[in-house]
Amino acid sequence: SRLARGARAAARGYASSSMRFPKLNGDLDVPAKTALESRLAMQEMVDELRSALATVEAGGGDLARKRHSAKGKLLARERIEAIVDPGSPFLELAPLAGYDEGIISGGAVAGIGRVEGVECMILANDATIKGGTYYPITVKKHLRAQEVAQENRLPCIYLVDSGGAFLPKQAEVFPDKEHFGRIFFNQANMSAAGIPQVAVVMGICTAGGAYVPAMSDETVIVNGTGTVFLAGPPTRQGSDRLSGVADHFAEDDEDAISIARSIVANFNLPSATNPSQRVAAMNAAAAAASGGGGERERSKSQEGATTAAEQQWDEPLFDPREMGSIIPTDSKKPFDVRKVIARLVDGSRFHEFKERYGTTMVTGFGHLYGQSVGIVANNGVLFSESALKAAHFVELCCQRGIPIIFLQNITGFMVGKRYEHQGIAKDGAKLVAAVSCAKVPKITCVIGGSYGAGNYGMCGRAYSPRFLFMWPNARISVMGGEQAANVLAQVEKDKRERSGETLGEEEEAKIKDPILNKFERESSPYYSSSRLWDDGVIDPADTRKVLGLTLHVATKDAAPPTSFGVFRM
Amino acid sequence: SRRRMSAASNKMFSKILIANRGEIACRIIKTAKRMGVATVAVYSDADANSLHVALADEAIRIGPPPALESYLRGDNILEAATRSGAQAVHPGYGFLSENATFAKQCASAGVTFIGPPEKAIDQMGSKSVAKAIMSDAGVPVCPGYHGEDQSDAFLEEEAKRVGFPVMIKAVMGGGGKGMRLVQTPEGFQSALEACRREAAAGFADDRMLLERYVNEPRHVEVQVFADTLGNAVHLFERDCSVQRRHQKVLEEAPAPGISDATRAELGEAAVRAAKAVGYVGAGTVEFLMDTRTQEFFFCEMNTRLQVEHPVTEMVTGLDLVEWQLRVAAGQELPLKNQADIPLVGHAIEARICAENVARGFLPVAGTLRRMRLPSGAGSGAGGGDGDGGEVKIRVDTGVQEGDAVSVHYDPMVAKLIVHAPTRSAGLHGLRKALRDFQVVGLPTNIDFCERVAGHRGFEEGGVTTAFLEEHGDEVVPSPETMPPPPHAVVLASVAVLLEEQTAVTFPNDTSPWSARSGPWRAVGVRKQKLALASRDTAAGADGADEAGSEVTVECLADGGYVVEMQGARFAVSGAQLDAGGAMTAIVDGRRYSLDATVEGWGAVGAEGEVTLWCNHGPLEGDGYDRNRYELVVTRPRGRGARGSSKSTAESTGRVTSPMPGRVVRVLAESGQDVEKGQELMILEAMKMEHTVPAPFAGKVDLVSYVAGDLVDEGSVLITLKPLTK
Repeated sequence: SRLARGARAAARGYASSSMRFPKLNGDLDVPAKTALESRLAMQEMVDELRSALATVEAGGGDLARKRHSAKGKLLARERIEAIVDPGSPFLELAPLAGYDEGIISGGAVAGIGRVEGVECMILANDATIKGGTYYPITVKKHLRAQEVAQENRLPCIYLVDSGGAFLPKQAEVFPDKEHFGRIFFNQANMSAAGIPQVAVVMGICTAGGAYVPAMSDETVIVNGTGTVFLAGPPTRQGSDRLSGVADHFAEDDEDAISIARSIVANFNLPSATNPSQRVAAMNAAAAAASGGGGERERSKSQEGATTAAEQQWDEPLFDPREMGSIIPTDSKKPFDVRKVIARLVDGSRFHEFKERYGTTMVTGFGHLYGQSVGIVANNGVLFSESALKAAHFVELCCQRGIPIIFLQNITGFMVGKRYEHQGIAKDGAKLVAAVSCAKVPKITCVIGGSYGAGNYGMCGRAYSPRFLFMWPNARISVMGGEQAANVLAQVEKDKRERSGETLGEEEEAKIKDPILNKFERESSPYYSSSRLWDDGVIDPADTRKVLGLTLHVATKDAAPPTSFGVFRM
Repeated sequence: SRRRMSAASNKMFSKILIANRGEIACRIIKTAKRMGVATVAVYSDADANSLHVALADEAIRIGPPPALESYLRGDNILEAATRSGAQAVHPGYGFLSENATFAKQCASAGVTFIGPPEKAIDQMGSKSVAKAIMSDAGVPVCPGYHGEDQSDAFLEEEAKRVGFPVMIKAVMGGGGKGMRLVQTPEGFQSALEACRREAAAGFADDRMLLERYVNEPRHVEVQVFADTLGNAVHLFERDCSVQRRHQKVLEEAPAPGISDATRAELGEAAVRAAKAVGYVGAGTVEFLMDTRTQEFFFCEMNTRLQVEHPVTEMVTGLDLVEWQLRVAAGQELPLKNQADIPLVGHAIEARICAENVARGFLPVAGTLRRMRLPSGAGSGAGGGDGDGGEVKIRVDTGVQEGDAVSVHYDPMVAKLIVHAPTRSAGLHGLRKALRDFQVVGLPTNIDFCERVAGHRGFEEGGVTTAFLEEHGDEVVPSPETMPPPPHAVVLASVAVLLEEQTAVTFPNDTSPWSARSGPWRAVGVRKQKLALASRDTAAGADGADEAGSEVTVECLADGGYVVEMQGARFAVSGAQLDAGGAMTAIVDGRRYSLDATVEGWGAVGAEGEVTLWCNHGPLEGDGYDRNRYELVVTRPRGRGARGSSKSTAESTGRVTSPMPGRVVRVLAESGQDVEKGQELMILEAMKMEHTVPAPFAGKVDLVSYVAGDLVDEGSVLITLKPLTK
């Protein structure tokens, strides 16, 4: 029906600017049997993902949930369901954190949701998991949520129900820079930057945890269950009247959530309910930052005004559920990444840049839910030309203040004497430099391999994309397992050769097999997501949705101007 | 003398004032407009924005909301007439319509009172005078003896004259004491003796009166019209036997099952009655009719236009207000030969009132958040202009969607009148129109009316005034026996979710975060728990609100829903709810197309009301023949009792007002000990008194109001402390 709406909109002349772009051919030009095999293989991986997420959704298990509910408390996910605008999306981040060490959700549910028309970062401790205590992964997840909030200027709502730091692991959660204390550092600095901090104390909130409400701009406490104490006797009813740690006193979880919603409504922030305020706020931000980049920011805010007037976008012409059919079952087989882009961008319309140069990289402009975006996508191994083209394109995006989506599927840069002589290293470095310095919002989705320097050039985690997601078929490691095994076997071979010995096939396998196994395990998206190397493993069919939601929050504010460093020429 | 003067010149008024409000004021304005007569409305502060004020050419404020200070203030109304230059005042019904003093004041102010001469009002206002006049004019009156001669023998003779069965009543009697029904002369003396004994003991006065007892009476009334030139006709009869505590519920014309001969006798008697009092204008002569013998006796004469006049208009095709204006202007009756008055088909009227049927028809004030009239409804007089084929539907109302039903006046929302060639077609049409009549925001008697209209006894026709007393249980919904069927709960739950989504879907919001694109989830699906209970249940006895269903609604990625209720899962697809309330949804493969409204919920509502209208009949699995489902929806709260805002008077000691109204009398004072059930306060709302009893024995702690105060529903009237023994 949305397609139909788009068509009606087009008839009324509401065409978004993407309507001028050429349409991609998204047809699956592989034999039907191959496509079916691909689809089934992906379906199997998606089913595995769904079953892992179902485990995550169950939190600390039936018994723990029953006990929790029996206290009259809502479960972490129920609290989130209650606080977000009904019927609006909720983008849970890193649900698989802690997955392979058995700390479900990493002990806390985090994600972005709309509250009173304002997109907020919501972090809910899950008391059914290890009493809601902070394990190292919990701290990491909390800090990641805050990082996302800070970068995207999302107000933070902490639904607190936690026993504080997990004491047996205090050395891994307390002392370091990126440990417990950083949570409060972030709260203070976000508050200073005008990013509202709200805590709703819905359960115990002890020791260091007590600083979450204490460091918040506004705090709600639930009568009976909510407690705040550093040490000694808990402060309950008194905390709003006596100590002033809480600002609002709620009857129960539902009441607390309704107060929290009301608090958000009083942020006086731009929201869906008053987009005019949104434009006004953006103008104000532009005026405040009126330095070298002021002019661009003003034009950005004008763009904000015009996109607000443009009401419509079209769904892609090709079904996103066919993503799986594109990806060959053999990861060594190439596929045309344009088939993926055709299922991502509005109306499948794409303005491709340098289509016939450096063809192993696809670059171009499209729209996602009406927001213009540059796309950098791998289409094979990286050559010098592809790296140069991508670097050029990244510069264009920064020049124009257009956010970039990276679709990663890269084994690495082309190796070999000829390419080294042509200077692939310095061309690769140009791309890495451009991506590093780019200040426009960057979002990365790993749709295949993420290996070696390819990971750097395509905005891996170290290059601070605002968000990074992985498909279930994705693999991430410094190099392929086979390659690594070969390297190590070669080292041994060389050593033996020097002493006149040889390496038997069996011995070689003995060296290679453990390496292969180790790489296989450690390159899995579950291994990655468990350690928060990404923000989640997603169903490929949801890619447009996830990238669209994140792109929207990433583009709420105008990007600061980019200044590039020295490019090695 | 002025009347004669205006009678001499038969020119129509150029401007009239309507000394009334609500539907009748609107009704009169419509006819006046059609006749080219300018209209002046009057209004109290409560009615400043009401429909009758908007419809009139001019409007003048006459005082604060209470009728005593506005619509009953003849002086203010006459001042308004003078100020606006109105030549005549139409009093409508109620208020000053039968007030002889006001008629007289009009005359002295030089304004024509559109109604009978004050003398006729006066005479008909007194039952005994009216009876005497009618008796003299040969109109059958209910025989009886009201004299001073109290000897046993004389009374027995009188009883024989009056005719058996006869009722012996103590003159000072009441409450059934000192009262006997005597079927034959043989039992008279012993009954008389028993009555005297009781009366002497009960009232220290053993004087008796005698009255002929009318078996199983029907209420049949005749519309009469007379002009100043001596013409008088009748416009046939109406049957208004379906009454609840003397309030008419359904009215029809002609009276079913009455022979042409009886009809003619009724009409002639009524015209004789009108002539006997020198009547002018529209009047109604009420008779009690014996159901078996069709004997009828004069009861009283109403010297005004009746609420139920539209049924007469529908069967005669005449506009009674036009007739009133012409007669008042001194013109001749438009039809002065009885034989020229047509009688075509059958018309039935239902009075739709804002009242809580389950709570003893308690009047309810509030806002009409939704009011949709049946399709094809017209509002014109004279046969109705709703072009619905053979069945014509007319709705007379003074309110529209968004208006308030005020605590100060009658709770009638509208009159629904259906005309059809036959009574059975009319009844069918009435029931369908009632099903199509949608009101949200206030409980109404629509369901009740539909059930009465569908009752076999009423369908057969000729019911007595005791009909509702005898069959009340069959037509008053009983909450326990009618929980909503599962599909009603399913549809209501989905309607709530759709409404929530709409509440946070903003125009011009193209963001993928908009609720427009649905509750997408990275993990699992959105789950919403709701508690739904039938509204009748919720409004019923204390504690009955636990009887609802708890459901969990899952929002699937494809836009479908799964509603889980007591272990059963219902799949819902294709669910849509537009702004006008039209809803479609497929529940387990069955496609429903219905109307649905969700009120008072929004994004974070704590309690809302869902109304479903299934115009094609009851939902699947409903054993009860109904088409409307009203459910109260709440969010189940984790904390149970703590979360519940409802608490009984027993636990809190707070005695609250069951309705908005005015405190008439305070019967308890602070510090006083009261028994359980003892009257603490009397409230009045919509012309009805309501007594507030003590919920338990205790000591009055605090009385929060004094007589004259206005209270809202739920206001704490009195705080009680339980007696500790």
